[in-house]
Amino acid sequence: MSDALAIAGHALREAVRRRVLLVVSLLTAVFLGLFALAAFEAFDSLEKVNGIVPIDERALAGGTLLGLAMFVALFLGVVLAVFLTLDAVRGDAERGLLQPLVVRPVGRTTLLAGRLLAASAVCAPYVVIVFLAAALITNAAGNFWPSSLFVPAAGLALGVITVVAVSLLGSTVLSTTANGIAIFMVFATGLAAGLLGQIGEGLQVDALETASSVMSWIVPFEALYQNGLHALTADIGGAAGVIVQLGPFGGASNVGAGIWPWAVAWSAVVLALAAWAFGRRDL
Amino acid sequence: MTAALSARGLSKRYGKTTALDAVDLEVAPGELVGLLGPNGAGKSTLVKIACGLVSPTAGAAQVNGATAGSRPARASTGYLAELFRFPSWARAEEVLALHQRLARSDGGAAEREQLLARVGLTGEGGRRMETMSKGMQQRLGIAQALIGDPRLVLLDEPTSALDPGGRRTVREVLVGLREQGVGVLLNSHLLSEIELVCDRVVIIDGGRVVTEGRPQDLTAPGGVEIETSDGVRRLPDARREDVPRIVRELVADGTEVYGVQVVTGTLEDAYLAAVVGRDG
Repeated sequence: MSDALAIAGHALREAVRRRVLLVVSLLTAVFLGLFALAAFEAFDSLEKVNGIVPIDERALAGGTLLGLAMFVALFLGVVLAVFLTLDAVRGDAERGLLQPLVVRPVGRTTLLAGRLLAASAVCAPYVVIVFLAAALITNAAGNFWPSSLFVPAAGLALGVITVVAVSLLGSTVLSTTANGIAIFMVFATGLAAGLLGQIGEGLQVDALETASSVMSWIVPFEALYQNGLHALTADIGGAAGVIVQLGPFGGASNVGAGIWPWAVAWSAVVLALAAWAFGRRDL
Repeated sequence: MTAALSARGLSKRYGKTTALDAVDLEVAPGELVGLLGPNGAGKSTLVKIACGLVSPTAGAAQVNGATAGSRPARASTGYLAELFRFPSWARAEEVLALHQRLARSDGGAAEREQLLARVGLTGEGGRRMETMSKGMQQRLGIAQALIGDPRLVLLDEPTSALDPGGRRTVREVLVGLREQGVGVLLNSHLLSEIELVCDRVVIIDGGRVVTEGRPQDLTAPGGVEIETSDGVRRLPDARREDVPRIVRELVADGTEVYGVQVVTGTLEDAYLAAVVGRDG
């Protein structure tokens, strides 16, 4: 564990010294600023048109804004996760950074665990902070609280950890560029599955809904995202509830409590595969 | 006494390409062994197997009695890769401190200072990699390889980026390691370096050991050159033992003798004879 922490500390220092965290913080501040502007404008507009639309406008606006914030937090978290890990094995080996570390009496699995710890320690708190900041802004703008803050935040955190795991696996077999492309395609596949599910629900096509559900479990960050969206808006009823449950970029869905152990087990299996592939790799 | 490095029947194939073919090699404690061979001969593959970066297809290697690549073997090995890089953002001190921690060395700041001084980088611990020349980074790489007092040091082209002063420093480090009883396998294209410091030379070509021995045994005699009042005479078949007789005869003959030199072949000659001669 001490070795994994040493590797994680090294990776975190790299993120700080390369100003990754600084750039991310600045851009996130810009996003939150724009989000605040949008939130205040949206709720202000609702007050002007109050009574015209026969639905709970405040819940509709709050749920939609927070759904959008969830999506952005997930997207930014995935970008961060990918760029912190996409060259962890093959990329670092090709640049000659990895060999001096691997010949030390540290297991290759420990090296991977260190990289997982470092990336998770950055990405998981990041998505939670962005989401909670968006929730605070939404509350300040429109006095709206979602049905749950914990489930969406925890889902985002675990979701990006699953992406870190799959990016580490990719880094053992793919070049840096190929791995980056592959992970974003996996991410896009998850989103597409969510959209397909929305379409299937709207058109009452069971096959589409089933395919979407299966796909979201295959790439569990999507199932966690849908589950978080559902928890976010579960208490919103009526027409507003129907609209916000569709959610931006993939519909809300109560996928069940099984998604939590499934996502953890899925990540563990992916990391075990990564360790196996890394262990067999000639450097 | 357990060998610092012992390889038996070591082979490595990458698909249809044979990088190493049944190589036997031994490095004793306190012995400096030079590894020579043309590009693609299998030298780096051999070194990488010894430090656990590459798995052999057949055969076995042991480091200080432990299977090469195992944790105990790596714990007693220092390695400088041919193509290595330290993070550009890191300071020299940080690089060494990380490797100390991973190597479980408790030498602390004193060890870091001593290693930096040993490779001629005194006072440079606070410098970032991005501000260091390639030669300085190579010196730091050697310092990194010596962390934790390894019993076997594997150096893959350690002087490729160094100026003559740097090469001398490395030679002094190597001599110091021999005195400490550390086995060293030195992979280099610089034949003069190997000739100057190594106790034994192993020449590899096409993945096989083609010749090995002490540098002085590998170099063939090249005759005797005598500078006389009649000019320089070359006696290609003469040996060192013949010099007194030849000089006596010349002097008796009334020839002035100004100097005598016993000519020996160089390691380069031996290398070319072993590699080029073999390749035709």
